[in-house]
Amino acid sequence: MVQYNFKKITVVPNGKEFIDIILSRTQRQTPTVVHKGYSISRLRQFYMRKVKYTQQNFHEKLSTIIEEFPRLDDIHPFYGDLLHVLYNKDHYKLALGQINTARNLISKIAKDYVKLLKYGDSLYRCKSLKVAALGRMCTVIKRIAPSLAYLEQIRQHMARLPSIDPNTRTILICGYPNVGKSSFINKITRADVDVQPYAFTTKSLFVGHTDYKYLRYQVIDTPGILDRPFEDRNIIEMCSITALAHLRAAVLFFLDISGSCGYSVAAQAALFHSIKSLFMNKPLIIVCNKTDLQPLEGISEEDMKLVMEMKAEAMKTVIGQGGDPLNDEGVLLTMSTLTEEGVVSVKNAACERLLDQRVELKMKSKKMNDCLNRFHVAVPKPRDQKERPPCIPQAVLEGMAKQQAAEKEKRKLERDLEEENGGAGVYSASLKKHYILNNDEWKEDIMPEILDGHNVYDFIDPDVLQRLEELEREEGLRAEEEDDDFEMDGKELTPEEQEALAEIRKKKSLLIQQHRIRKSTAESRPTVPRKFDKEKKFTSERMGRQLSALGLDPTLAINRARSKSRGRKRERSLGRGGNDGDDAMDMDVDQPNKKLRARSRSLLRSRSMSRPPGEVVAGEGFKDSAQKVKALKLAKKSVKKRNKDARRGEADRVIPTLKPKHLFSGKRSIGKTSRR
Amino acid sequence: MRLEKCWFCSSTIYPGHGIQFVRNDAKIFRFCRSKCHKNFKMKRNPRKVKWTKAYRRLHGKDMTQDSTFEFERKRNRPERYDRNVAENTLKAIKKIDKVRVDREARHHALRMKGKKAKEQREAAKELEQSIHMVKAPAVLQQEPSLTLPKIKVKVSQQQSDENHAMEE
Repeated sequence: MVQYNFKKITVVPNGKEFIDIILSRTQRQTPTVVHKGYSISRLRQFYMRKVKYTQQNFHEKLSTIIEEFPRLDDIHPFYGDLLHVLYNKDHYKLALGQINTARNLISKIAKDYVKLLKYGDSLYRCKSLKVAALGRMCTVIKRIAPSLAYLEQIRQHMARLPSIDPNTRTILICGYPNVGKSSFINKITRADVDVQPYAFTTKSLFVGHTDYKYLRYQVIDTPGILDRPFEDRNIIEMCSITALAHLRAAVLFFLDISGSCGYSVAAQAALFHSIKSLFMNKPLIIVCNKTDLQPLEGISEEDMKLVMEMKAEAMKTVIGQGGDPLNDEGVLLTMSTLTEEGVVSVKNAACERLLDQRVELKMKSKKMNDCLNRFHVAVPKPRDQKERPPCIPQAVLEGMAKQQAAEKEKRKLERDLEEENGGAGVYSASLKKHYILNNDEWKEDIMPEILDGHNVYDFIDPDVLQRLEELEREEGLRAEEEDDDFEMDGKELTPEEQEALAEIRKKKSLLIQQHRIRKSTAESRPTVPRKFDKEKKFTSERMGRQLSALGLDPTLAINRARSKSRGRKRERSLGRGGNDGDDAMDMDVDQPNKKLRARSRSLLRSRSMSRPPGEVVAGEGFKDSAQKVKALKLAKKSVKKRNKDARRGEADRVIPTLKPKHLFSGKRSIGKTSRR
Repeated sequence: MRLEKCWFCSSTIYPGHGIQFVRNDAKIFRFCRSKCHKNFKMKRNPRKVKWTKAYRRLHGKDMTQDSTFEFERKRNRPERYDRNVAENTLKAIKKIDKVRVDREARHHALRMKGKKAKEQREAAKELEQSIHMVKAPAVLQQEPSLTLPKIKVKVSQQQSDENHAMEE
C-alpha cells in the first residue's frame, strides 16, 4: 500500500550534490581518452555519448524522484489531507512540477546539442559543444535547487509520520489540550507519549496498539483542539481534525470535569458541539477524566446539564447504528488515568462499540456470503426420543415429487457410463461413438496413418481409383512404346586383350603411385644421385626379368652387361683404344634395340662405381676391410658435426650474424628477461 | 503422426528421429540426423551438396516431374471417413509406388545409356596406345595382336633328364 512507502523514498540530493554526482559519474563511466588525430566520426561519437549519458542519468534520477513521491490524489484521503495540512498541497505539487519541467528541459537540451554535434568538424568544436550542453543542464538543476531542498525536507518529515492504517480498527482520542489523552494512551498501549503539564505537549498524531478479544486495535492520540472557527485553526489542530474527518474510528471525547486543564466544562462542551458534525457515523463515547480530583457526581448543576446534553448527542449516534437505545452505559464513562480506575473499562467499551459497528457494516455488505460458509451450525442434543421431523407442507412435497420425475428423464452422461463399467482406470470411453458416417459399421475403424514411408492422408482422394486407372494405362502405353535398346556389343574386347589392358592399367597406377611418393618426399630427398645402388635395383637379374616380361630375350643383354662390368682388367691391358673397340663390338652384335645400347653405355661409365666401400685396395694402408670400414666411420663422425653447423671445414670459424635479433630482443611470455 | 521430409537431404524423418529448428520468422527446418543439421549450421546450400536429393534433382540425376508425384499432396481439408475410399487409397499407394519406382529406373537407364559403348571405345584406344608398356615394339612387330607376349622360359637340361627318368 502506498501509505506505507513513505519510508522508502530515496534521498533527494541537494542541487550542488546532484550536479556533482552526475558529472563525476559521466566522467567515470564514459571513455575519457580522445586525440585530435581520431577520425571525425569517432570524435563526434565520443562527445555525443557523453552528452547523452549525462542526460540519461539526470532523467533517471529526476524520474525516480517524481515517481516515488506520492501523488496526493492517488493515496487514501486521510493521508492526502494530512499531507496537505502539513506541507500545503499546492507547494508540493509545484515542486514536483518544477522537477518534471527540469527533466524535460534537460532532454531537450541534450537533443539539440546532439544534433549540433553531428556537424562538429573539429575536436575543439565538439568539445565546446559538449561543455555547453553539460553546462546548460547543470544550470537547469541549479535553478531547481530550492525545490530539491524543499522535497528533501518533506521526505524526511514524511518518513517520520506515524504508520496509520486507515482501514483497520481505530480508536481516536480527542478533546481539549491537557485533558489526559496522552496519559490514557500510555496506559492502554505501549506507546510512550510525552505527558507534560503545559498545553500542546502533543504536537502531532501518535499511534499505539492495543488488544481486545484477540483483535488488534490502533489507538491514535491527537493534539488538543481549541474551540476556534475552522479557518483560524493552526496546523497541529488541523492534524487532529483530519484524523477525525477521514478515519472510521471510535471516538473518545475526553472531558476534564475537574477543570484542571485550564478550561471549564462549559468551554469543553462548546467545543464538543462545534465539532459534533465530525462524529457522524462513528461510535462516540464521552469520557470524563480526572475523577480523582473531582468525581462526576460532585460537579455543579450547569456542568451536569451540559454533560447530559453531550450524552444525549452521543446517544443519537448509538441509535444511528441500530444499537440498543436504552443501554446508556457505554456512552458516558468516568475514569482517572492517575489512579487507573475505569481505564480498562473505557477501553473495553470503546473496542466493543467499534467492533459492533464494524460487524454491522460487514453483515450488510456482499462479502458476508463468503463468511457464512465458514460458520458451523450446531445441532442440539436430543433430550427425549420424541420424533421431531421437519414439517414440510403438502404443496412443497408435490413440487418435489414433480422435480424428481423430471430428473429421471435426464439423459445418461458419459460419466455415469464410465462409473458403471468399472470407473476411470478400467473403462475408456469410445470417442468415436457419435461420428456421423455414411455407414455406421465404420465407426470403430482404425485408419492407418503411415504406409511404406508415405503419409496415407496425403493420398486420400475420392476419385483415386480413376486416377490410378489412368496412370496404369499410361504406364502400359509407355512400356509398349519403348524399344528394347540392344547395346552394340560388337566392340567387346577378347579376354586376352582384357588381360593386357588390365596389366597396362596396373603398370600405370604403379607409376603414378611412385611418382606421387617421389613428389611428396622431394624436399627431403637429396638431389645428388646416390653413389651406390643400395637397394640393388639395377641388377642384371632384374633387367632380365623385365625384358622377358616385355617379350624379349634378355640373354644377350645380360651377357653384355656382365662382360662390361667384369672385364675391366682385360680392357685396361688392351689400352685406351679399347673404347672404340667396344663400340665396334657393340655394332657387330646385332642390337637394334636403342634401349640396350643406352644401358650398356651407362654400364661403361659405371665402371668406376663398381667397388663396394669396404673393399681394401692395395696401397691404402689398411689391414683388412673391417679396419677400413671403421676408418670410414670415424671419418664420417668427425665430419657430421661440422656439416650440421654448416661449416666448410675445421678452420671455418665464421659467425654469420653476431647479434641475431631473436636472441637479443623480445619479451618472454612467462619468466624474467634478466639474462640474455 | 506425420512423416516429414528432411530440409537438407529430403529423406523421410520417422518419429523419434532428428531435430526441428524454428527460426525467428517462424519457419520450421526439420533435419533427419545430425549430419544434415551440422551442414545446415555451416550454411551449406543443399543444392550444391552432392548426396542430397535437391542436388540430384537439380542436376538431372533423378526424376523431377512426374504424374506419380501428383498423387501425394498435403491436403488441408479434412475428409469424412469412408471405408471404401480408405481401402482404395491403401491399395493405390502400393501401385503408385511400383509405378514410380519403375519410372525412376527407366530414367536412370536412359541416363546411363551409351555408357557401355563409350567405355569400350575408351578401353580399345587405351590398349592400342599403351601396349608398349607390356609388350616390346620388336615383339609387337612380329606378333601384331594386342595381347600379352608369350614369355619364353628357358628349360635347363637337368629338368629334361628328370622327366625322362619319370617316364621310364
